[in-house]
Parts: sequence; C-alpha cells; structure tokens
Amino acid sequence: MKIQSSRPERAFQAFNYILLTLLGLIMLYPFWEIIKVSFSDPLEVGRSGYRIWPIKSSLEGYIHVFKNEFVWLGYKNTIFRVIVAMSVQMALMILTAYPLSKRNLPNRNVITMFIVFTMLFNGGLIPEYLLVVNTLHLDNSVWALSLPSAINTFSMLILRNFFMTIPTEMEESAKIDGAGDLWILVRIILPLSMSVLVTVLLWGIVQNWNAWFDCIIYIRDYKKYVLQAVLRKIVIDASPELDGLGALEETIPINAEVVKASTIVVSTLPIMMIYPFVQKFFIRGVMIGSLKG
Amino acid sequence: MYMHSSALLDQSSRKAQGLRMWKRYVRYRFLLLMLVPGLAYYLIFKYGPMYGLNIAFKEYRLMDGILGSQWVGLKYFKQVFTLAPDFWHVFSNTLIISLYKLIFCFPAPIVLALLFNEVRNLPFKKTVQTISYMPYFISWVVLGGILMNFFSPFNGPFGALLKALGQKPVYILGEVRYFRTLLVVSSIWKGVGWGTIIYLAALAGVDVQLYEAAVLDGAGKFKQMLHITLPSIASVIVIMLIFAVGGIVSDDFDQILNLYNPTVYRVGDVFSTYVYRAGLQNFRYSFATAAGLFRNVISFALIVGTNYISGKFSEYVLW
Repeated sequence: MKIQSSRPERAFQAFNYILLTLLGLIMLYPFWEIIKVSFSDPLEVGRSGYRIWPIKSSLEGYIHVFKNEFVWLGYKNTIFRVIVAMSVQMALMILTAYPLSKRNLPNRNVITMFIVFTMLFNGGLIPEYLLVVNTLHLDNSVWALSLPSAINTFSMLILRNFFMTIPTEMEESAKIDGAGDLWILVRIILPLSMSVLVTVLLWGIVQNWNAWFDCIIYIRDYKKYVLQAVLRKIVIDASPELDGLGALEETIPINAEVVKASTIVVSTLPIMMIYPFVQKFFIRGVMIGSLKG
Repeated sequence: MYMHSSALLDQSSRKAQGLRMWKRYVRYRFLLLMLVPGLAYYLIFKYGPMYGLNIAFKEYRLMDGILGSQWVGLKYFKQVFTLAPDFWHVFSNTLIISLYKLIFCFPAPIVLALLFNEVRNLPFKKTVQTISYMPYFISWVVLGGILMNFFSPFNGPFGALLKALGQKPVYILGEVRYFRTLLVVSSIWKGVGWGTIIYLAALAGVDVQLYEAAVLDGAGKFKQMLHITLPSIASVIVIMLIFAVGGIVSDDFDQILNLYNPTVYRVGDVFSTYVYRAGLQNFRYSFATAAGLFRNVISFALIVGTNYISGKFSEYVLW
C-alpha cells in the first residue's frame, strides 16, 4: 500500500529541500570567498570594496605564493612529516591492538585500563613540552612532531575491536601448521583488515596534515616548518619573515590579503581534492567507532 | 584466571596454579613482546608528563631539572587562585563558552541529522552531505584566515551586508561583544555536518514498520519524531551528552588560538590558551602547570562523575 503524501507532508518536504539547499550554499560560500580573493588583482581589492566575483582577475597572488620558498619547504616538510608519523603510528597501533584483541591475553584488563586511563587524564601542555625538549631533546626535529602523538588511543581501540571480530579458526589452523604470531598478524590478519587500516591511516594523514601547533612550539628553524605552520605565520601572525613580500612597500595591507588568500588555497587544495574520494572511509570509521567506544 | 583462593589450598595446588600462570605467559610471549613498544610509548609520552606534574609543587628551574628543583607545596596553587586576577576570567570564560556550545552546538547536528533523514531524493541528500562535511577537514588556521577575510570591514561580505543595512563597519574579530558568538557560530559551521554522521548511523537502525504503524494510527510528522525517532537515538544522544558535560572545563584550543587576539582576551581567553601563554611564552612553568593540573583534575572528576550519575539513572554509560 503506497502511503499518500498529505498537504502538510509536502509542505514540509519543500521546506526541507529549501533549507538544506541554503545550508549547502552557506557551507560553500566561505570557500568561494577565499578563492575569489585569491584570484583578485591586489591593487584593485582595496579600492572597490566587496564584489561577488574576483576583482579584475589576476594571478598575482599565486605568483607570489609560488615564489615563496617557505611554501615549497612547507609542502616538503609536511609530506615528510606525514610519512614518518604515519609509519610509526600504524606500526605501533597495530602492534598494540593485535595482542589486546586476544581475550585470553594475560593481564589484558590491566593493560587496557592502563592505556584507556590516558584518555581521561594527562599531564598537560607544560610537562609534555618539557619532556620533549628538556628530557628527550627531540626539539627541532621531525620526531618531536611524530612521537608524542604516535598512538591515537581511539583509533587503536577501533583496530582492536575490529581484530576481535576476525574468527579464530583461521589463526588456529595456521598455528597447527606451525605459524608464529607475527606471521599470523602480517599474513592473515592484516590483509583481512584492509578497510579499517585504510580508514585509520587516512584519519592520521588528515590529522598530521593539519597539525601546526606542535611545529610552532617544537621547531625553531623556519625552513623546517610544516605547511600549516607556515600558513599560520603568514596569515594570522602576519610575519614578514615568511612571506617573501619585502619588496612591495606602499600597498602591503592590500597585497597581503590577496597573497594570504592564495596561500590558503594552495595549502588546502590537496585535502580538498582527495577528500570526495576518501570521505566514505572516514564515515565508515566513525560508524565502526560508534558501535562500541 | 584466578580461582577462589583459600588458606586451605595445599602446597601442590598452589604450585600448579603458578605453573598455569607461567605457562600462559610463555604461550603468549610473542604477543606480549609485541606490546612492548606501545607500552613504552604510553609510559614515556603519557605517564612521563604525569610525573612532570610534580613541577606544579616545585619551584621549577630549567637548570635544576625536576628533581633538583625545590619543593614549595601549594605556593603556586595559591598564586593561581588569589594572585592571578585574570585566572578567574579565564575560568569563567571556559565555562561560559562551553555552556554556549552545549546549548547551541550540541543540538545542531541532531537537528540536521533529522532533516537529512527526511530527504527522499538520494543524489540531493548525498550532495548536501558531502558539502556539509567539507568544513570539518580544513584546519583552524585556514578557517581563521578565511574568517579574517570574511569579516574584513571594507572588503568582506559581512561588511558589505552591514553597509547595505546602513550600519557602520565593525571588525567582528576584535569586538568583545561578538567574539563568543563568533566562536559558537564558526564551531557549528565547521562541525555540524560531520557531527550528523553518528546520529544518522543510529537513525538508520530504526525499524521502518514503526513509522508505518504510527501513520496508520494517525500520527503526524511531529508526533512521529517525538515518539519514534528521538527515543531510538536516545542512547547515542546521552553518550554524546556525557562527553559534552564532562568536557565542560575543556575548550577548543585550536579554534581560539587562531581566532583570538589581545583585545578579546577578556571574553575569549580560556584555560588552554592561558596555560600556553603563561607557560611557554612567559616561562612561568610552575604556575602554568599548577593551573593546568587544576583543570585536568576537574575535567577527570567531571567525566567520571557524569558517567556515574548517568549509570545511576539510566543504562547509558561509557564503561
């Protein structure tokens, strides 16, 4: 039996569609704003006030950005950081999650509580900082960025929960054939866990790509800054050291806006481009995580 | 596994028990070995700083290290509570902003999820959803830059809107009156789409027949929502609420650090930004650690407490 739509029902549907369309536009609009400014002519931007389209389209902003060596260094450093951090992260998370997924592991509950407690209480910014800089002397290196957040407990628990759903028969038959634990992990468990692993990996990549604060506090050399840190210095701190704009004197405030916008676009573009393709992995990750915290 | 222990267990039984335990360790030795790097990480990078909390009770000097610094007991805590006038501003800002976010940012994804749930046209739904997730993936540095541009009094669209309404241009980011509103609105913009995911997952589990039965009974849309939809996602809402309430003394450091400036410290400075400035920029290590410890203890107590209370009145708990 087909349920007929009543008048109020249809009104609601219409209202919903309009509302959601508006929402979509509101979500998109700030992106458009920044893209528009990035393509505007620096000299015109100050004069004409607000316009919907780029003011006298120009690539000036982008030319400045690409001439800025710190942007290139930022990209290189970020990619390097992501690779190092994710290698460490994935290895550590898998090595920790797999044993914990075995229900008969000795002291399993104690170990799990030991780990989960860190999600509820931590030392805070100052002790962490002093540990990394004064005790471990990791400052000014990529390790200060990769090691402190090496294991994301939440992601690790997601891996653990997934490993727990893999039937034990496979492991048992492999053990009968004489396989060791590590072999089982690498040859049997991991291939079966590809979707969760990819999800956790992508999560980590996004977190690491967007991380800037740890770079600012731990790294002194501007040439080692990651992209978001460079961006922060240029756009929010308006640091002259990092934007290579020294030459243009009189129109600096206006030029700066266009250059800032272009820098923003250039550093966010990679994420925005791969995002539509990988978003289903993220969503799946949230769903898996939500089934059992 | 420990069996019932009794003083009457004789020697051989106890030995057998010990042997069983030992055998288990041997059997799991490789797996336990695998745990070593991870446990080392937690020990060094999570529990290490907890030991470092000592600094809050000491006159910490870099040269002396933690062990060499002199013990001063509650001196810095006293300082935090009495001598630092801005501390209470910071405390109240943190609470007020969290409260605002609880009132506005918490329900927003729920409402949006309910709206998404009603959409019949699949391509439309997927498109709007994809668009709504996008803001979640950009960093606050980027968003900060976008907002600075957006609210630029002369060139930004907001300034143009004000001009069209005959108002004078106002630089929102520097205005004490609007800063908290900005925090709440930008939080919603950035997080509402993403926040719907967990609720949509719960909504997908609702039995369609319940709706059909309700319609047959003559229930309108609103009644359906009240009696079917909301109760079905109640468990998810409560869990999220526990997190939110337990997190009332915490804040979005990233967001505020990228949006604030000295003119709005009075309303926007929160715990984490305060600790950051006092500790890392002004080098008042012991003081900042004491303030941070105070906050962390409250946060811990809150989340344990809320979970406990929730356990008493319902079956919704985190553990």
